[in-house]
Parts: sequence; C-alpha cells; structure tokens
Amino acid sequence: MATHTLHTAATRGHADHGWLSSHQTFSFAGYYNPERVHFGALRVLNDDVVAGGKGFGSHPHDNMEIISIPLEGQLEHKDNLGHTQAIHQGDIQIMSTGSGVFHSEYNGHPTKAVKFLQIWVFPNKLNVTPRYDQITLNPADRHNTLQQIISPNPDDAGTWLYQDAWFHLGRFDAGFATTYNLKKQGNGVYVFVIKGSFTVDGQTLAERDGLGITGTDNIAITANSADAELLIMEVPMQIN
Amino acid sequence: MQALHILAIGRNPEIMAVIDRLLNTPENRTGTTVTTDEEARAAFQNTTFDLVLLCVGISEQEGAALTTQLLQLQPGVPVIRHYGGGSGLLDNEIQAALAK
Repeated sequence: MATHTLHTAATRGHADHGWLSSHQTFSFAGYYNPERVHFGALRVLNDDVVAGGKGFGSHPHDNMEIISIPLEGQLEHKDNLGHTQAIHQGDIQIMSTGSGVFHSEYNGHPTKAVKFLQIWVFPNKLNVTPRYDQITLNPADRHNTLQQIISPNPDDAGTWLYQDAWFHLGRFDAGFATTYNLKKQGNGVYVFVIKGSFTVDGQTLAERDGLGITGTDNIAITANSADAELLIMEVPMQIN
Repeated sequence: MQALHILAIGRNPEIMAVIDRLLNTPENRTGTTVTTDEEARAAFQNTTFDLVLLCVGISEQEGAALTTQLLQLQPGVPVIRHYGGGSGLLDNEIQAALAK
C-alpha cells in the first residue's frame, strides 16, 4: 500500500535575504525541521527568487548532484571547470560536483527577478570527476505528456546524473489524466506542483505543494486546472 | 555560553578552507579543519571537541576506521557525515547533531 508524505506550500521553510527569497521544502541553511530533512536521495528542493543583478557568489560543493530548473528569467553560471554559460526558462542545468567544484550563479538581468528550482540529490558514486551540463528542452514536448529531463543513463532522454533517479516535467490541460510508472523497484516519487492544481494518487495538490509517495509501482495523475505544470522526481529511498 | 568546538575532516584543501571560515564565523563556535587522518588524531590530543564532521568524500571504510580511533581518544564524541561541501547543509547538520 502506498504511503504519502504531504508538504503543502505554506509549511515550507522560508528565508528572505532581500536579494534572495527561498522557500525550502527540506531543511536547508537556517531552516531546520527534523521531520523534513530528505525524501530518500532527494535532499534539497528550494524554490528560489533572486533579484535582478544579484546572485550566489563563488562557493564550493562536493559529492552532490545539483540540478537547477529556471522557471522565469535567466541565471549566469560560472565555475572553476571553465564553464561560463547562461541558463534560461526551458533549460535544465546539472552539476555532478564529485571531488569538488566552485561555482557562482547570478541573475543575468539587471532588474528582473529570476525564479528557479534548486534541487540536490545524494550521488550513488563518490569523488567522481566534476561535471557540468545544461540542456535546452522544447516545452511543447511536455504538453499532455511527461517529458523526461533527467535519468541515470547518458544515452537516454534529457541529461543524466550519478543516481538511479528519473525526473519528468509535465504541462497538462484541465482534466488530462496520465499514469507515472516507476522505473526502479524500491524507489519513491516526489511530486512538486509548479503551477495550477492536480490530483496525484488520490491527493489534491495546489501550486507549490509537494507529495512524497512510496510503496507503489505507478501513480495516477490528473490536472485540475488549465495549463497545470508539475515536476516528478523518482529517487532511491535507501541512501548508500 | 561556552563555545562549541568542531573538527571537520575532508580531503579537498580548498573546500576545507571554506568550511574553516564558515565554522569560525559564529561567535559561539570554533572550528578546526584538517585534510589527513594524522592531523585529525593530532588535533584530538590538544582539544576536546563537541562534534566531528566527516566529509562524505571520505570512504565509508576509511571513515569507520577513523571514527573508531577518534572515539578511543574521546569516547562519546558525536561523529557525523557532512554532505555538500560546506554550502547550505553545514549549519543544518550541526543543528541536527546537537539536537540528538
């Protein structure tokens, strides 16, 4: 029988630093909630808004898979691996930080805010050579279907990461229904509503709500509003 | 309030320099960072630590062996894993360890 863990939008942690407004589904920085530390290998899900011209200065990471999904605006990425690139709405950025990487992320627009999701996943392999990748997706390819954006396999659709994790985006018309079939036995699924409302495995979800589901092989999804968008993150529930 | 003494052990010197700065930023906390097991053992000879952070890049086997040695030097000291390389999770992990 499936087990649900519901995190409604209003119950997330929130940090307002002026230049950065961050809503945090899981404990992060100054927000600590022992009941919300991770969902399996999914450790961080931050819903960030960065003011025009501002951003995160150079700082390090290691042994974490870090995914950024811009929802509005653009981020300018720079790292010590030699990458200087911008990511926009429709792009997916991934860093396998492995043995260590320093990077900065700035809003590329002087006045307009950038909105993006920052997601951290525990890797299944330690101290790999750090890797940076970004891809551009066609939003039309997720209309009334689930578009794979991340998988463990470099030859599969989307980009890839060092974990048995699969991410999909979907943008549905009101009333559109589909089923997500898990890729690997024992994995769990965390569903995050980007826009609109959905019914997921019988649970009604509003904008920015999150639902963790374990103990099932497939999940029924129905959009309850027009132009509704969601992110599905399938991750291992056991961390090595 | 007594200052909290934390030892962080990792292998990447540049990242450990950042962790050192972050650990020593709050007034009520002091941090020592090292990149080798020998340095970690030596640090334990001179200081009583409240918490040890073992960076996750250290293999499980190495980490377990080092933890055993450190616990022999100071029984009961909490030894936890640090994830992410100093950013975002550091204060969270310290808070979680101290809450136990």
